[in-house]
Order: sequence, then C-alpha cells, then structure tokens
Amino acid sequence: MDSKYFVNLLLIFISGALINNVILSQFLGICSFLGISNKIKSSIGMGLAVIFVITMSSVICYLIYNYILAPLDLGYLNTIVFIAVIACLVQFVEMVIKKYSPALYNALGVYLPLITTNCAVLGVALLNVENGYDLVESIVSGFSAALGYTISIILMAGIRERMEYNDIPKTFQGFPITLITATLMAMAFYGFSGLV
Amino acid sequence: MNKYVERLVNGIFKENPTFVLMLGMCPTLAVTKSAINGIGMGLSTTVVLIVSNVVISALRKFIPEKVRIPYFIVVVASMVTVVELVLKAYFPDINEALGIYIPLIVVNCIIFGRVEAYAAKNSVGLSFFDGVGMGLGFTIALVLIGAFRELLGAGTIFNFRVMPESYEPISIFVQPPGAFLVLAMLTALQNKFKLPSATNGTAKKSALACGGDCAHCNAEKFASFHNSEAGSSAKKEIRKED
Repeated sequence: MDSKYFVNLLLIFISGALINNVILSQFLGICSFLGISNKIKSSIGMGLAVIFVITMSSVICYLIYNYILAPLDLGYLNTIVFIAVIACLVQFVEMVIKKYSPALYNALGVYLPLITTNCAVLGVALLNVENGYDLVESIVSGFSAALGYTISIILMAGIRERMEYNDIPKTFQGFPITLITATLMAMAFYGFSGLV
Repeated sequence: MNKYVERLVNGIFKENPTFVLMLGMCPTLAVTKSAINGIGMGLSTTVVLIVSNVVISALRKFIPEKVRIPYFIVVVASMVTVVELVLKAYFPDINEALGIYIPLIVVNCIIFGRVEAYAAKNSVGLSFFDGVGMGLGFTIALVLIGAFRELLGAGTIFNFRVMPESYEPISIFVQPPGAFLVLAMLTALQNKFKLPSATNGTAKKSALACGGDCAHCNAEKFASFHNSEAGSSAKKEIRKED
C-alpha cells in the first residue's frame, strides 16, 4: 500500500462526488432528483438511503462479478445479475432494518423501495466493473457517487424551498423552473472539471 | 381507425413517452448530445420494448400476479443483454458513444411502464404494435432533441454542417447543462401553449401502481401506501386523493 494508491483513491472520490456527479453530469437518477427534491427533510432521507444502498451494492456486485461471473466467463450476464441482486438487496436491507433498527427504518424505510429502480445504483455497479476497480476502489467510488447524489439533491431541495416564496412567471412554474435550477447547478458543477 | 394503427398513433403522438408522459428522463437527457446518438438509443430501446412486450404478453396467463416484477426484470434484462451484444459486435461506434446507458435501458421506466400497464393485460398483436408505437415515439423525440442540441451546440445535424461557417457554436448545448436547459424550455413551451404533458397535469395518468409520474413522484404519498400493512386499502386512498 504505497501513497500512490491513496492518491488514486482520493482522485476517485473527488471525481465521483463532484466532477462526474451522478445527477448533474451523468444524468443517473433524474426521476428521484426531480421528484423528491421539494423538501430538505425528505431529500436528506433519500440521500442517506442512496448512500447506504449504493455502497452496499458496490461491494456485493464486486464480489459477485469477480468471484462468480468472471471465473465462469459469464461477464456478459452482469446486467441481469446486478439488477436482480440490487432488487433483492433493497428488499433484504429493508427487512433487516425493519426488524433490528426501527429508528433507522423510520428514517430510511420509505425511500428504500424507490431506490430499486434508481438507475444510479445499477449505473455505479456497472461503471465499477467497466473501470476495473478493486474492492476498496469500488467502495470508494460507490460511496462518493452516492455522496454526490446526496449533495446535489439537498442543494436542489434548499433552492426549491426558497423558490416557493418567489414570484415565478406562470409559464415557468413547476417543472421548467426546477430544470432551469438544475441547469445552473450543472454549470456550477461543470466548473469542477478542471480540478483533477 | 384500425386498433393496431391506433396503438401506433397513440405511442407516437397521443402518449408520446418523452414529450407527453415525461418518462425515461435519464437517457433523454444523457444521450441527446447528437441526433445520431438519439437514433441509436431510441432504436435500441424500441427493440427491447417490442420483444419484452411480446414475450410478457405471450406469457401473461402463466406469470403469477404476485411475482410478476421479477419475471419482468429477467425478461427485460435478457433482451437488453442481447441488444448490447449485437451493438458491440456490429455497431461499435454507437456502443462506444452510448456506453453505460445501453445496459441502463433495464431501468428505463418506459419499458416497465408499458410491460406492466399494457402487455400484461393485452394480446400479443396489440402489445407488439404498442411496443412499436411507443418505441418510435421515444426515438422520434430523442432525434428531435438531439438534432436541436447538435444544431446549436456544434452547428451540424447528423454530422453534416448546416450552419454557415461564420456560426459560432454555443457549445454549452452539447454539454450536460444544455440538456437540462433544452428540457426546461420544452416544458415551459408546453405550459405556455397548454399542450398535454405530465409536467402540467394535463396528460392522463399512467396505469402503473405508483401512478407512473416520475417527475412528480411524491415520497410522502408513496410512504403512506408503503407503511400501511393493508396495501390495497392504502392504494384506494391514494386514488381517492387524486
């Protein structure tokens, strides 16, 4: 473990959370980003649930790909296997925290079913394979992508809560102004691309 | 009108998945950098949609109601894998340009929406035409958005130079922020002219269990459904609220 390895991890972290932000530059998980970002409270819940699930699914998909699919030369099945695994994982996580941690379940439970079809989860798992990350790199990349998701959804919710008091032209009320906000956020995040 | 033709018209105009139902926003925003990418994505999705619709419709009497979602996932994911392999073998350029978004067709809500709302209840023939109509509607929408962004952002359409040499491309339109901007303007125009669209509540509701309205997905409403033990009664309450 030399220092180069840690620099590499840091680069994966920064690029996952800021530069290649899952929402604002890769467009993964747009539905939930636009749908649940009207209150800060619910967007924090969603963000935490996404961090939890993406980090876990990165680990499990890594293990399945490298110890089951790759040795059997079944790499091309990864889409089918990953989506099935993620769907089961979300159900399983939901059952486990419902039984063992009611507090956590109250905070995250309602958001978990929404995550099954969130393309960010599958997207990150597939990108990890595509980039040939090892286990630690996969965890860092999964966590940072989910953190990037959380950052942008909470920022968006903060802006939208304030916009409720603004006088928006009738044509732009609702969906259009949300997308304009997303445009400006994407431009701001685009500025990070010179960072690495 | 012939009921098969009606499915085509429905998919392309009346319930266009992109312009009217506002489904599948992720690929719409991500791949419309150019018109050619739009065609690649649109046709790949169309193939997956048609075959999934036909297969699910043919199997609809054998699939138990309670475990239908895993069945759908497996069918759709298998089709996506086939399309991915075909693209890799015969159209490596398009596969390269679309990258991760090809396997992500699996989680495209248009496909699940049609399979769940239409193919699981209707005959094979009708489901086939429904898939063709919806797929073409999606393809046309992606090509139009892609051509528009490419024209402004690079001065070309399908890589042919259209704008005069003196035209300075507004490159933000082919960058990620441009995708949001174009969609914002599109929905604003739909509001202005009161065109049917899910974003201004004038389009009819999808038959999906959750309402299918991803753009207005309301976690709290979903929560009230999810937390109640008697899911069916909660479902009725949600319907009533609407």
